[in-house]
Amino acid sequence: MKRYSAFAIAREALRHHTGWERAWRKATPKKKYDVVIVGAGGHGLATAYYLGKNHGIKNVAILEKGWLGGGNTGRNTTIIRSNYLQDPSAAIYEKARSLYETMSQDLNYNVMFSPRGVMMLAQTHHEVRGYERTAHANSLQGVETQFIGPEKVKELCPIIRLDGPRYPVLGALYQPRGGTARHDAVAWGYARACSDMGMDIIQQCEVTAVRSDAGKVRGVTTTMGDIDCDKLAIVVAGNSGVLADMAGFRLPIESVALQALVSEPIKPAMDVVIMANTVHGYMSQSDKGEMVIGGGTDGYNNYTQRGSFHHVEETVRALIETFPMLSRLKMLRQWGGIVDITGDRSPIISKTPLGGCFINCGWGTGGFKAIPGSGWATAEMIAQGAPGPLASAFGLERFREGRFIDESVAAGVAH
Amino acid sequence: MLILECPYCGVHAEETELHGGGEAHLTRHGPESSDQDFEGYLFQRENPRGVHFERWRHVHGCGKWFHAARCTATLEVFGTYSAQTSEPPQHIRDRISAKRPGWSWRELA
Repeated sequence: MKRYSAFAIAREALRHHTGWERAWRKATPKKKYDVVIVGAGGHGLATAYYLGKNHGIKNVAILEKGWLGGGNTGRNTTIIRSNYLQDPSAAIYEKARSLYETMSQDLNYNVMFSPRGVMMLAQTHHEVRGYERTAHANSLQGVETQFIGPEKVKELCPIIRLDGPRYPVLGALYQPRGGTARHDAVAWGYARACSDMGMDIIQQCEVTAVRSDAGKVRGVTTTMGDIDCDKLAIVVAGNSGVLADMAGFRLPIESVALQALVSEPIKPAMDVVIMANTVHGYMSQSDKGEMVIGGGTDGYNNYTQRGSFHHVEETVRALIETFPMLSRLKMLRQWGGIVDITGDRSPIISKTPLGGCFINCGWGTGGFKAIPGSGWATAEMIAQGAPGPLASAFGLERFREGRFIDESVAAGVAH
Repeated sequence: MLILECPYCGVHAEETELHGGGEAHLTRHGPESSDQDFEGYLFQRENPRGVHFERWRHVHGCGKWFHAARCTATLEVFGTYSAQTSEPPQHIRDRISAKRPGWSWRELA
């Protein structure tokens, strides 16, 4: 792999950009791999990358039924934060956030990580108490957050209205080292690094069956034929239920649509990420100038990557009352992604009832921020055959044993 | 926009008038059941990409719970029916079979 650098740009400028190579190889499936990962989104690619980098396992195929990073990795609102209440969540999300800090250097690929700060507005007294508690929990967990008052909120984000028509801004949980990154670049950077390690990224290759023998996985059947493997990782977000059905087990997951939208580009207006959970909308401004907006999920199972119009209306209403200057902004695009929601709103990184088959899913509405930490923990689990310290609390058995990591109560909404 | 006919009051209600209640026809395991059965009832879901049976409440209408058969891959609605049943009625199954040849009802855990 040729490294990207200022020197490379200068060199290519002198020869009419004829020397750039493909970021990753087009691969055709081999007969057998040590590890097959289903799903070439952020989590699947990160899993493959850390399998190679941390554990030396490089005979790996990553299968993708569509195109690389075309699911939720390319559909999210790119927010990165780790201000979670529960210890296992804070540990894995903070691991991920810290890996984002050095990801561009690590991958030699500019993922445009921008630690611009994330504010979660407290708009009821209940939320004030909740976020103060989270700030205390975070300082015990070693996650740098603070509860700030309304004056500080206004100073950090001048376009905000503090005395909204329904809910005043009473303060915010502020994480200065949270922010955003370019979501496609995260997938592309991991893919380039994986391909460079000799891994095969196979797009347009849909898994149609999981083959097993005596309770142990043998391989998968795909639209490109049979592929054998010693270990199988299912990292397919909204389609987890479909793959689990092929592998012969059920999951505590329901797949629903989550929507996002972007406005026309405008001049720089806000340089923090704001989440307003009581009125339920969140927003940041992309480097192109578009306001990137997200809201709530639909209330019913859905695999169509489309959402209901009334949720767009609710989200826009929430943001207009928080940021009145948005009221005449035109929206450019709207899209949906299928998110995999668990009972306690926390992810699953787990062994499965099928031997040699591992699953990483359940990130629901907040998976992008977790990509490097999730990949790190999943790779460790696959390499060692059992979850390591980051993943151990996120096993499937927690639902049977009642050991929930209850972020649904902690966040109050999607997170 | 999703529109379902309430089988009780006959209103063609759109989704803002309704409230989704998740998967239908779950076996309700009680206090004496095994941990595994209770986990299945509380958390594990079919979550199919295709024919899905689900509970809905006509919350801004007659207020009653009913069941719907719907396709999660196409958003097609096969029909709605009374909640006073533990499995989908034959006419709903026939309608699904006509549109999805090879489909069959399977008992859920």
